[in-house]
Amino acid sequence: MNPRISLAGVAKRFGARTVLRDVSLEVAAGESLVIIGGSGTGKSVMLKSILGLLRIDGGDILIDGASVRGLRGGALARHQARFGMLFQGGALFDSLPVWANVAFAVPGRSADRRAAAIDNLARVGLGAEVADLRPAELSGGMQKRVALARAIAVRPAILFFDEPTTGLDPIMADIINSLIRRLVSEDEITAITITHDMTSARKIADRVAMLYQGEIIWQGPVAAIDRSGNPFVDQFVAGRAEGPIAMAVRRA
Amino acid sequence: MTAIVEAVAHALIAIGAVVLGVFGSIGRLAGFAVVALRRMVTPPFYPLRLAEQMLVIGWFSLPVVGLTALFTGSALAQQIFIGGSRFNAASTVPAVTVIGIVRELGPVLGGLMVAGRVASAMAAEIGTMRVTEQIDALATLRTDPFRYLVAPRLLAAVLTLPLLVLVSNALGVMGGWLLATFRLGFNSSAYLATTVRYLKADDIVSSLVKAAVFGFIIALMGCFHGYYSQGGAAGVGRATTNAVVSAFILILLSNLVITVVVFGS
Ligand SMILES: Nc1ncnc2c1ncn2[C@@H]1O[C@H](COP(=O)(O)OP(=O)(O)OP(=O)(O)O)[C@@H](O)[C@H]1O
Ligand SMILES: [Mg+2]
Repeated sequence: MNPRISLAGVAKRFGARTVLRDVSLEVAAGESLVIIGGSGTGKSVMLKSILGLLRIDGGDILIDGASVRGLRGGALARHQARFGMLFQGGALFDSLPVWANVAFAVPGRSADRRAAAIDNLARVGLGAEVADLRPAELSGGMQKRVALARAIAVRPAILFFDEPTTGLDPIMADIINSLIRRLVSEDEITAITITHDMTSARKIADRVAMLYQGEIIWQGPVAAIDRSGNPFVDQFVAGRAEGPIAMAVRRA
Repeated sequence: MTAIVEAVAHALIAIGAVVLGVFGSIGRLAGFAVVALRRMVTPPFYPLRLAEQMLVIGWFSLPVVGLTALFTGSALAQQIFIGGSRFNAASTVPAVTVIGIVRELGPVLGGLMVAGRVASAMAAEIGTMRVTEQIDALATLRTDPFRYLVAPRLLAAVLTLPLLVLVSNALGVMGGWLLATFRLGFNSSAYLATTVRYLKADDIVSSLVKAAVFGFIIALMGCFHGYYSQGGAAGVGRATTNAVVSAFILILLSNLVITVVVFGS
């Protein structure tokens, strides 16, 4: 059986800057993969490449064995309709009220869509009282949760979460982690989550992959993350400033 | 010798890069316009978005376009009176005013005012949506940004600009008539009768064609520059400026072409 998502030798450049050099990765159907890696290593770029929002310069991306490269027009739209994406910055439509954001892709009559929106808001711990507010009237963490509710509202087969718990308090972060875990375990959704939060990674992941300098330098089951035998992973997981991942920061 | 050859080569490369850049932009703009037009005529349609844009472009532009026409019509009548008096042709004021307004100043000034109001707003709104990833989000929410954002704006502008220009023409003529009767001593009903007698269907057709073309240019420039904006707030600012400047230039250029080539004989 084909893996649901498969990346083979994916390369992506912006001008002269190579962001992804040679990314190869597979995600099985119903699996939850967590991507870790330093800031600016191209994690978000990788997700956008899979979605077809960015065009890759080398390699190939397959969804259920079908290539994403060169898709345009209606074919690209059908490809993108299979995904739900929580963008790192939320990307809420600031001209629409919260409920219309959440129900944006939900078909049907206005009243049913509103009910669906309130239902999904409840899943991310938000009450019906925020439904008529504008995104700008919410706190950063609330915006993130509204964006999460919007991403899951149509129950897509594949979900991408770009830093779902950034900016949330530890309790709310745990609620979101459980929600993502439940979506994968019960609804058999395939998920890729980017996170810097190791607590979150341990809770969400079946498997973890680490992106460093444009390549996946380690991947394995979440249980193996503390004995990966990879000094880069060890340094990242432990959050140490000293180690093989050199930070170009001037010491005071 | 080699230094000169090298300098020339560098100059040629630089010129070549500019030419390629210009053609590249024209090609991208043409591609954008073709995609937008094709998606405009195929479903799904967003009638609510269209109505919203017609309101924004048409209704809310009425005051500024109306005042522009009124003032310009009056000033035009005064100028024609002064010029006409120099060779005993002051009686041409009503005829020349109506032709000047309907064929030229109504559509052109109306188009420029709407460009200032609307092309900038479109570029700013769509540009902000681009840099905050809202356009990417649309695509993942089963919505085509061209159909949802671009098509309603293009259609609304092409539909409402002619209506706006009709009003603008009427107010321009009214401005001339007010000035002529209250200041220049023209007989009110004779002025209006002359106006109607010298106005031809061709003048009105030319006016409406120009308006529709200007509407297309305004929305296209606003959407195009917004859609391809990048680099945060500064990038959106640049997109807004470029949208207005390019809309102005293209309106004046296409006005010249339509005036001379299409309605010049
Ligand atoms: N549209 C773009 N144009 C040019 N460069 C880009 C663009 N998008 C991303 N980049 C570059 O690609 C690199 C990777 O960006 P990306 O957003 O994927 O990082 P990330 O791994 O998600 O980091 P973070 O954890 O901070 O979100 C960055 O250095 C960024 O400058
Ligand atoms: Mg990122």
